[in-house]
Amino acid sequence: MIQITRLAVLGPLMAAALPALAQDANLGRNLAATCANCHGTNGQVRGDTVKPLAGVSADKIVAAINDFKSGAQPATIMHQIAKGYSDDQIKLIARHFAAQPAKK
Amino acid sequence: MRQHSTFSRRRLLGTGLAAAAGLPFIGCANLGGGPSIGRVVIVGGGFGGATAARYLRLWGSNVDVTLVERNGSFVSCPISNLVLGGHKQMSDITMSYAGLEAVGVKRVQGDVTAIDPQAKEVRLADGRKLPYDRLVLSPGIDFMFDQVGGLGTPAAQEKVLHSWKAGPQTVALRRQLEAMPDGGVYALTIPKAPYRCPPGPYERACMVASYFKQFKPRSKVLVLDANPEITSKKGLFEKAFADHYKGIVEYRPNNELKSVDAATNTAKLEFDDVKADVLNVVPPQRAGDIARTSGLLNMNNRWAGVNWLTMESTAVPGIHVLGDATFSAPLMPKSGHMANQHAKVAAAAIIQILQGQPVNATPVVMNTCYSFVTARDVIHVASVHQYDIAEKILKTVPGSGGLSPAANQVEGRNALSWAQNIWADMLAT
Repeated sequence: MIQITRLAVLGPLMAAALPALAQDANLGRNLAATCANCHGTNGQVRGDTVKPLAGVSADKIVAAINDFKSGAQPATIMHQIAKGYSDDQIKLIARHFAAQPAKK
Repeated sequence: MRQHSTFSRRRLLGTGLAAAAGLPFIGCANLGGGPSIGRVVIVGGGFGGATAARYLRLWGSNVDVTLVERNGSFVSCPISNLVLGGHKQMSDITMSYAGLEAVGVKRVQGDVTAIDPQAKEVRLADGRKLPYDRLVLSPGIDFMFDQVGGLGTPAAQEKVLHSWKAGPQTVALRRQLEAMPDGGVYALTIPKAPYRCPPGPYERACMVASYFKQFKPRSKVLVLDANPEITSKKGLFEKAFADHYKGIVEYRPNNELKSVDAATNTAKLEFDDVKADVLNVVPPQRAGDIARTSGLLNMNNRWAGVNWLTMESTAVPGIHVLGDATFSAPLMPKSGHMANQHAKVAAAAIIQILQGQPVNATPVVMNTCYSFVTARDVIHVASVHQYDIAEKILKTVPGSGGLSPAANQVEGRNALSWAQNIWADMLAT
């Protein structure tokens, strides 16, 4: 009973802590996480081989990925990966990285 | 059931606070974000399990996460072939779990002997019991030694190594290669697909050959493949064999291993016996033992079927299975990279489920796999997999993904950068 009461109180607190658009926010976050294996967690890349994404403007990221997609920007691998994501998904990914602090 | 869940929630709150009190970096661990919304136990600290632990804490600072792993540190299979080639050391591929502990993951070193999905409890060999609200099982693979005659005894397995789990066997195989005289034969047998890391055996052949080329140039690498052809990056590996290792690597397709004579290092094939100086057998594989004994292997009695929206087992509710142990979607490789991606789908879904929220209806995963053909030249294969709502499966996107046009040194640097970043991503270093 104690637990139930506690949870009942917690319910609205948790709801308030989560943004109203949690579903949309999580979609960008989840998509961006597919990039982390090479580009670092939340785009905070390690080493200097791969360009950082954290804190880069969303427009810049979208433009770069579109250039990979079109072939305007030659790449070793990004032209193949970029073609796997829709334009809407790329926008969500770009927004997520743009909102991250550049340095951990 | 109701009593059980109340009981585990109380236990969970209690231990969560106890764990928080013992944490040195309490401020960084974000445990002050309110009482736990649920207890997740993760079994297996490889690419899947460690990533799940990290992302559950990153995305759900109020999730109580316990990672059970039998080993005290993480040893990476990717890059381990470079250790065999003498281009990297074990210290380059061995990492601690301290980063995960610093972000609030409670680590338990031990062997899981049983899972009780009714009691929602994991049992360890030392008698400990860990209650859970959701369980993540990332057990990797275990070997079907019974499929290879003569390989059933510990003595045979210590002599004829697999080295298909990085760690002591990586060191032991390197020692065998170092002890082999120039002019000797290293034979590598490859099981029929599916197996862990499709291009891995061919990369290994290249790495051992690169060592022979420099230090034991009269020696041979004999690749005995049960498959009808090279299973991944075929043209690129064929070119590497021809360009760099002509006269060293010999590739034989359709050569399925039937049995071994460990005493004489002999591989017995269907029509042929091959005696080697170093015999390296990659045996047929299935999901890790704990997945089998827990009744999760509902696909060919070898792999665990999963719901691709959540990675939840289709056999036992409440258990999410990651990585090599899963029955792979079409064109989805069993790789560390893919296990990391599975883990993120599972972490996002588990947090939603614990909060009573709908899960992501359109998950995406992708794979990048680099293989070294020399110490510096690398080839890749990449793919992107989107959820198909009608077929309820992750499918590769037409027109996406692909291979390197040729081995190159730019991707050699990218491959090492990939390793550095995926290790940091999963271990929170």
